[in-house]
Amino acid sequence: MGVSLISVMFAAVISQNIVLSQYQGICPFLGVSKKLSNAAGMGFAVIFVMAIASVFCWLVYNFVLLPLGLDYLYTMAFILVIASLVQMLEMILKRFSPTLYSALGVYLPLITTNCAILGTANSAIVFQSYNFVYSFCVSVATGVGFLFAICLLAGVRLKTDKADIPACFKGFPITLVTAAIMAMAFAGFSGILA
Amino acid sequence: MDKRKVKETLLGGLIRNNPTFVLVLGTCPTIAMTTSLSQAFAMGIATTFVLIFSNLFVSLLRSVIPDKVRIPCYIVIISTFVIIVQMVMRRFLPELYSTMQAFIALIVVNCIILARAESFASCNKPLYSMLDGVSMGLGFTAALCLIGIVREFFAGGAFAGMKIPGFPAMEGVGASAFGFITFGCLMALFNFVMQKIGERKERMKKQSLPLSEGVAELGKEAE
Repeated sequence: MGVSLISVMFAAVISQNIVLSQYQGICPFLGVSKKLSNAAGMGFAVIFVMAIASVFCWLVYNFVLLPLGLDYLYTMAFILVIASLVQMLEMILKRFSPTLYSALGVYLPLITTNCAILGTANSAIVFQSYNFVYSFCVSVATGVGFLFAICLLAGVRLKTDKADIPACFKGFPITLVTAAIMAMAFAGFSGILA
Repeated sequence: MDKRKVKETLLGGLIRNNPTFVLVLGTCPTIAMTTSLSQAFAMGIATTFVLIFSNLFVSLLRSVIPDKVRIPCYIVIISTFVIIVQMVMRRFLPELYSTMQAFIALIVVNCIILARAESFASCNKPLYSMLDGVSMGLGFTAALCLIGIVREFFAGGAFAGMKIPGFPAMEGVGASAFGFITFGCLMALFNFVMQKIGERKERMKKQSLPLSEGVAELGKEAE
């Protein structure tokens, strides 16, 4: 189990990267990558929420939805778990850790509509039906992959923002082309795992 | 009903406020579900359906929903319709559904839908909100289909599943990178065309300006 877990986690970070090869969480990937500090903040907030969401979604799915035969409601159940979790985290952080709140606070509300969180919960818990430890580790690794991708993009955008490019490519189009080149680079790692 | 507002609402989503090319919302399905025209069209129609009905219900319930918990309320409304779409597709289009399963579930967190609920449906009458849903949905579908056509043409040398004779399929173009690049280039093209149209309008305005001033002066002289 140990070896396969490591290979699954490696895939989640690099070769099956959530943004660049699973196409999830592209909105924050494009929207919050203007500055490196913002990108890092968003990335850590995603890891945080993804890890906690996987725990609660796994418990809700396996101990509530499945025994009651309501598993077709998983989309609604998971998104409600995530939305209330985000709201609760915001309150808890505000009360107990103002420093962490000031670092992550702005990004927390945006995370509810980040499809990477719901997508990871769906695929790990429902489609792949991983066990508890597995789904937690995969979620953390996926979050790390998101952090990795968004920070790299933010670094490249520092350059492309100042570059002399055609006016119609300014902003989102050039960012998408940059992301395409990054996706090619990340896809190159897929040969490592047979 | 105000005719001008209807027209504005209906046309807004198609071009001036196109959710994909101008607002840049809902980018995940735009890239993930456009490897072929049929997939892109199905995704667009599914999203349009959810958008129209979530807009309608958010608008109908806008005086009932308390401000503080409005986002969870919207999400419940949206996910209800997404589950309906899931059930209908699983029953009637099982093959298509199995390839799109992950992203049909993710319509719940498609930012177009939440953004329209928050910025339009929560402060407009039900009928207008439905019209806004129709126009935004069609704008999204059109953009998706456009990207789908380009990607299918390059990756498989085909149009809507039919092979175009004499055009070879390219290896590797179906990969994720090509989705990003197609979307980026089409968005740049859209910007370019809009820019040119804007410039032309400006020039026409400038050309007509001296004339109208001259007419006004003539009018003064006549007085």
